[in-house]
Amino acid sequence: MSLFEKKISELHELLHKKEMKVSELVDASFSRISEVDDKVKAFLTLNEEGAREQAKYLDSKMGTDEMRGLLFGLPIGVKDNISTKGLRTTCGSQLLANFEPVFDATVVEQLKKAETVTVGKLNMDEFAMGSSNENSGFFQTRNPWNTDYVPGGSSGGSAAAVAAGEVFFSLGSDTGGSIRQPAAYCGVVGLKPTYGRVSRFGLVAFASSLDQIGPITNSVEDNAFLFQAISGYDKMDSTSANVENQDYTAALTGDIKGLKIAVPKEYIGEGVDEDVKNRIMDALKVLEGLGAEWEEVSLPHSKYGVATYYLLASSEASSNLARFDGVRYGVRTENADNLLGLYNHTRSEGFGNEVKRRIMLGTFALSSGFYDAYYKKAQKVRTLIKNDFDEVFEKYDVILGPTAPTTAFKIGAKTDDPLTMYANDILTIPVNLAGVPAISVPCGLSNGLPVGLQIIGKAFDESTIYRVAHSYEQATDHHQNKPQL
Amino acid sequence: MARITQEEVKHVAKLARLAVTEEEAEMFTNQLDAIIGYAEQLKELDTDGVEPTTHVLDMKNVLREDEVKPWLTREEALKNTPDTQNGLIKVPAVLE
Repeated sequence: MSLFEKKISELHELLHKKEMKVSELVDASFSRISEVDDKVKAFLTLNEEGAREQAKYLDSKMGTDEMRGLLFGLPIGVKDNISTKGLRTTCGSQLLANFEPVFDATVVEQLKKAETVTVGKLNMDEFAMGSSNENSGFFQTRNPWNTDYVPGGSSGGSAAAVAAGEVFFSLGSDTGGSIRQPAAYCGVVGLKPTYGRVSRFGLVAFASSLDQIGPITNSVEDNAFLFQAISGYDKMDSTSANVENQDYTAALTGDIKGLKIAVPKEYIGEGVDEDVKNRIMDALKVLEGLGAEWEEVSLPHSKYGVATYYLLASSEASSNLARFDGVRYGVRTENADNLLGLYNHTRSEGFGNEVKRRIMLGTFALSSGFYDAYYKKAQKVRTLIKNDFDEVFEKYDVILGPTAPTTAFKIGAKTDDPLTMYANDILTIPVNLAGVPAISVPCGLSNGLPVGLQIIGKAFDESTIYRVAHSYEQATDHHQNKPQL
Repeated sequence: MARITQEEVKHVAKLARLAVTEEEAEMFTNQLDAIIGYAEQLKELDTDGVEPTTHVLDMKNVLREDEVKPWLTREEALKNTPDTQNGLIKVPAVLE
């Protein structure tokens, strides 16, 4: 078994017994990166000097009382829309190609407290707008299972880096599926927490009412460990929920007897690939065997999710991205002779087409004369979608279905038509609109590419999601499938 | 009938501070027209009396004491600024 297939608990043991130093782990991460990242292209920026320096410092703490916590000394990758002080943070955009944050995001501070080692920043669709990493302003990240295929997106780099064994775990962000869909495509575990559970302070905002940071890992147990470290109330984020954090590892009991599972017919119906559907039905049999019960239900407004999402997320984005004007930071145009020209040309030269499209869609939906028909209408449909979930959760513990309607697609297959690309997120988007948590776990392969099982929970009930995901993982060996690079 | 015209796209681009060429305006018009057409399906739903959701958490304004605290230094605040002069951000002249 290679080092990068080891679980956090096993790595902790190695360090604890002094069988390995932090610097050796960090070296291993960088050698794996130099071995495979030419093919995968997951990293936008490497933090080699900083990581090695920190590793040396952590080595000096080994064997003392100061070596605390399970994540001590473990290399991690961070999505490039999360602020890392002094470490370039581009959001996958040429407009921020030179941007070095002057403060850390709260999650990065928490990682520092847990004494993980940030080895680099991970590629993404520009400003998290995309489902394939084809919208990165820098280069295409590739799926480690087959490098002709997309890794998913927008956290494509975060999922691919874990799948390729370049880091043990990573952070992504999820606005409409951007953690879960790439996790599904790359065969790793990705959690989109309840809205408000993880601080957004230092996460460059795309759609503020939907964005959440979450962990991407090799196993459910690892996921719970990382989530424990990054979750909780933060006074720096006014939308952070002041609710008590839970002990997520305590949820990993393996016991799901009597658990009530809802399977929305909309999640296994038309548009969902037959083979993907079969993997989900297989998973349901496994869960049944463990003592859970499942029934088919309806989330009747599911089909309106994509339209609702694109109106709301684009409207919020059009406002959030107004700050990128070339005045205070970013790459300023050289083709401006007045202030208005400076704004217009900086933005036109710096943003890619998908970002421009969404800014324009959002500006249109918020403009006078169209506000009620589009923006406000979408907010009302959001209520209906949220109500669908509330009703199902009155009777069931979790909702289960595929993470995405298909497995990863070929690079270039969907770039001509934005709407085909958007449809890819049909099963993940409603979860963000409702603000509830969901995880994607590997549930087998279809034509050599991973399929993701999505487990959706009640607001602030990540524990139940982890319990179900962990039980499933223990009963199967899908998570042990690794890509050959 | 087009749901959004090329003139409207140019107007929206102007509001959003984006310079677009004629060619881009045509491309964005076609794409935005298709996306808005797709979004029209929301009109099938009767939403009379439905409260809009702006935010999923039931939250009120979050307030704190207005205290002076150290934050970024001027040097840090200007670290990423493309053009500065005398510790200030420099931009092209606004007035002739």
